[in-house]
Order: sequence, then C-alpha cells, then structure tokens
Amino acid sequence: MKIQQLSLFLENKPGHLSAICRTLARANINIATLSLADTQQFGILRLIIRDWQKAKDVLEQAGFVVNVTEVVATEVEDRPGGMAEILEIIEQSHTNIEYMYAFTFRKGNRAILVFRFDDPDAAIRLLQARGKNVLGSVALYDEGA
Amino acid sequence: MALPAQPVVEHRVWQAEELLPRAELRALQLQRLRETVARVAGVPFYREAFARLGLSAEKIRSLDDLRRLPLTTKADLRDAYPLGFLAVPRERVARFHGSSGTTGKPTFVAYTREDLSAWADLCARFLVAGGLRPEHTVQIAFGYGLFTGGFGLHYGCERVGAAVVPAASGNSERQMLLLRDLGAEVLVSTPSYALRLAEVLQETGVARRELRLQLGHFGAEPWTEDMRERIEAAWGIRAFNNYGLSEVLGPGVSGECAWRTGMHIAEDHFIVECLDPDTLEPVPAGAQGELVFTTLTKQAFPLLRYRTRDLARLDESPCPCGRTGVRMSRVAGRTDDMLIIRGVNVFPSQIEEALLRVAGTAPHYEIHIERPGALDEITVRVEMSPQTFSDKLSDIQRLHDRIAQAINAVTGLQMRIELVEPQSLARFEGKARRVFDKRGG
Repeated sequence: MKIQQLSLFLENKPGHLSAICRTLARANINIATLSLADTQQFGILRLIIRDWQKAKDVLEQAGFVVNVTEVVATEVEDRPGGMAEILEIIEQSHTNIEYMYAFTFRKGNRAILVFRFDDPDAAIRLLQARGKNVLGSVALYDEGA
Repeated sequence: MALPAQPVVEHRVWQAEELLPRAELRALQLQRLRETVARVAGVPFYREAFARLGLSAEKIRSLDDLRRLPLTTKADLRDAYPLGFLAVPRERVARFHGSSGTTGKPTFVAYTREDLSAWADLCARFLVAGGLRPEHTVQIAFGYGLFTGGFGLHYGCERVGAAVVPAASGNSERQMLLLRDLGAEVLVSTPSYALRLAEVLQETGVARRELRLQLGHFGAEPWTEDMRERIEAAWGIRAFNNYGLSEVLGPGVSGECAWRTGMHIAEDHFIVECLDPDTLEPVPAGAQGELVFTTLTKQAFPLLRYRTRDLARLDESPCPCGRTGVRMSRVAGRTDDMLIIRGVNVFPSQIEEALLRVAGTAPHYEIHIERPGALDEITVRVEMSPQTFSDKLSDIQRLHDRIAQAINAVTGLQMRIELVEPQSLARFEGKARRVFDKRGG
C-alpha cells in the first residue's frame, strides 16, 4: 500500500527546479504531484511519479542524487473537515508525521493526502483500522493523474 | 624600498642593543648560537639530528656554520606533540601558548620567566619605535588566550609603562565605548579589525573628536600599503606593522620604526635566513624567499632554523633610525596553503578533517574567502551526497549545523556552510583547487 516518492536536493537558485522538470519532460515522464520544502539556502523536491523507477534512472543519469522513500497516500473527501478527521486519528495514536502534502484528483470530489511517517506500515494499519482508504499505486495512478 | 624622508612619529629607541654595530651584533649572534645549540642538545629531535650530522656546539665556529644545522618545520613540532621540543624542565615553564596546526591539534609553545621578560622587551621595542609612550593608554583588541597576540602585546605595553585596556577581540560597539570613555591613544588589533572598527565608528555616530586615538599597531595577519592608507585615512592615525609567529616567539620578532622602511628584525634574539623554499639555498640579496628563524635567547622553546612558510624580502641597507637589525618586507605570501582569517591561522586540511568527522560528508568541498566589508567571511561549500541526503528538511538542517559545529571546534571560527547539489563542485584530475581567496588585500 505504500507509494514510492522521489526526493531531490535543490540549491535555492534560479533555474535549478526547471532543470529537473526538463529532464523528466524529455523522457516523457509525467509528474503526478510534487511538493517543495525549502529554506533560504536549499530545498527538497519531492515527486510522486507513476513510473518512479524510470524517473529515478533518468534523473540519476542527468547527475541528480535521488532518494526513494515510502510514503502513505490516503483518500479524503474534498470537503471541510475531511483532512481534520484523518489528522485526529494520527494525533490520537501519537504517530509523528514527518511531513505531508495534499493534492486533488482531476475528476471527482476527492483529495489525496501524502504522508511521510517514520513507520509507514504501522500508520497504514492504523488508518485502515479506522476505515480510511489507503491507496496503493494502482488505485492512486489509475483513478488520479 | 624607497626611504621616506621623514619619520612619522618621534624617533625613540627602547634598548641599546637595537643599535649594536653589525660586527658586534654578529659576534653576539655567534656566541648565542653556540649557547642555543648546546641548549637544544637535550631535545630528542635535535639530539638525533646532531648525532646524524655529527654536530655539537663546539663545531659551530662561525655564523656560516648555521647552514649545517637542521631545519625545523611545523610538521616536526606536530610529530613531537604536545611538548617534545621543550628544552627546560617542566617546572621552569611560566606560560604556554599555542597556534593552530594543520590538523585539529594546536602546536604548543612554552616560555620561562626569562623568556616572558625578553618577549615583553621585544614587543616594547616595536611599540616604542612606533610612538608608544609611558603616558599612553593602549586598547588591545586582540584575543587573549592561547593566541600569542593578546598577552604578548599586553606585557609589552606594560613594560613600556603604558596603561592597558585589555578589551580583547570582538564586540565592536563595546570597543568603541571603551575607546571613547577610556580614551586610548593607541589601538592594537589586526589590520582588518581596525578597518571594521572604522566602519563601526561611522555607524555608531561616535564623533572622531571624542576619541584620543593617535596610533595603531597592527599585526597577526598580512596586509597591504593600501590597507594602511585606508586605516590611516579612516581613523586619522599613524599605523605600524609588526610581525611574529608563536613558534618563534609571538609578536616582537620584528616591527617598524618611525621611518616605516620595513620591519627591523631583533637580530640579537633571532638569526634570520631568506631561503628559496624549493632548493633551501639562500636567495640573492633583496630577493623574495621563505624566512627561516633561529632563536638565540629563548630558554623553554628554542628552535633552530624554523621554516615560517612566510615569503618576504630582507633589506640590509642602513636605516635612518640607526637600528642595525635587518629589515623584512611585509609578508607577501605563504609557501603552504595556510590561510589567515581574522588573524587566525587556518589550514584547509583542518576543514577537511572537520568534514570527515561528520559522517558521510563527501570529500568535495570548497572554501571561499571574501572581505565584503572590513572582515573576512568564509563560506564552506559542501556537496550533498547520497549518504547525507535525506528527504527530511530537519535532517539536512541538522547536517548543516553539525558541519558548522565541527568546523568551529577545529578552527575556532564561525564559517558559513552552504550545502550544494551533488556533482556541482568542480572536479580535478591533479591537485584539487579548493580554496578561493577573493580578498583584495
């Protein structure tokens, strides 16, 4: 049920993000979603890509250092309070969220939350036990991007 | 060196030995060289070298025999860490100082009571030559600690009879307050810090007429005539250059007189050679070479032919001041990769060592030195590697902080750390170029 996420180190300078995007575009790879965490000096680009293995190869060939991490994607209704419910479950179990980001599907009224946990398996069990829909890659990519 | 026609302060001499005729000076040097050779015979490094070369004090018959003596390098001192060069029983040591080594360990030096007294006089020589009078107050903005600058100048000023404000380094606004309220006539600091303080003078709105500053004695880092002009213009003072290194003594090895035609070396205490750093043969008179010093009077830490790695020229022509000690030019460069940052000696190898302590940091780094204002700023650029890269911002921030701490622990300096993308720094097939010194001088 875990999703592979690619992370790249970026200096916070003009042109650095577009270089990565161009590399992927040339290989005809589509980015499902991304998040960028940054400080004044550097940033971490996190990418969710269906064909992550190919994307990793292409980026590494272009000289980037790519890290693969497992994240948990869970579906949430795209309405007020949808996200709060999920966070409450996580909070009550004292599970630490390293970081998270959200995106919405192009069709339907659902949003996807992407979580990075220290122990993704435990988090998946927790969410599923509370009836939340944790998405595997097939569900994520076929229904979404 | 062109001789300026006028002294810039009143001409005074602290000790009669400074005026010793050359022939007498050379006789004194020979006598003291013999004593020194006898004194260092108990130091393992020299004992072994003498045995190998078949040398002893009796075999030193003229000053030309100096060239038969072994050279001493910083590496030799490091190999004898911590105190293998100590030439007196431990109980005779009155003080220790130290300077940074090429690795994390400092190089320690030691002084007996007599050494400290001689050192105070040697600092008094250049201070008096450069205008210090007993009625003056001196603000010392050098670090007080293992670094020889603070304590060396402190006791030199006291020996002259001047009042000392031991302000130590840093806290520029407080320096300005002390300068104004305690009214020092003389400032002692690194030249770059003097320029920094001149900026602070502008910023704090302290009026120049509120200060009594007349003179500055600057050292511990190389500087240029251009910097001297800027310092003198910014402060309206006379600025003097002095030279020394902890292994040989600390400040007081040489200093300028009122004519400022180079720094008179205290040749009754040191023999200087100017050698080609590759062949180790003397360079032609007046040519640039590496300065090599033999101490003649030091008891606790005498050194034979210590290679300073400092490149300078010697001038034996007479000086209008009457001092007979040969004059050395400003230090024009180094024969090794030592950097002097805000008066602190730093070797790139120290930074490399610090990086190695932080697990996983790549061997790819660059050191960039700039002087955007008056003070040096160093940025260490470190490449991220697959081992150090994490998708968590907090991990990378922690890595950044650990690198900064490790470098600070080894060098004592705060450096800016810039994490850069993997493979983004230039690669070298031969000798890597890691240091980019963009200071104009």
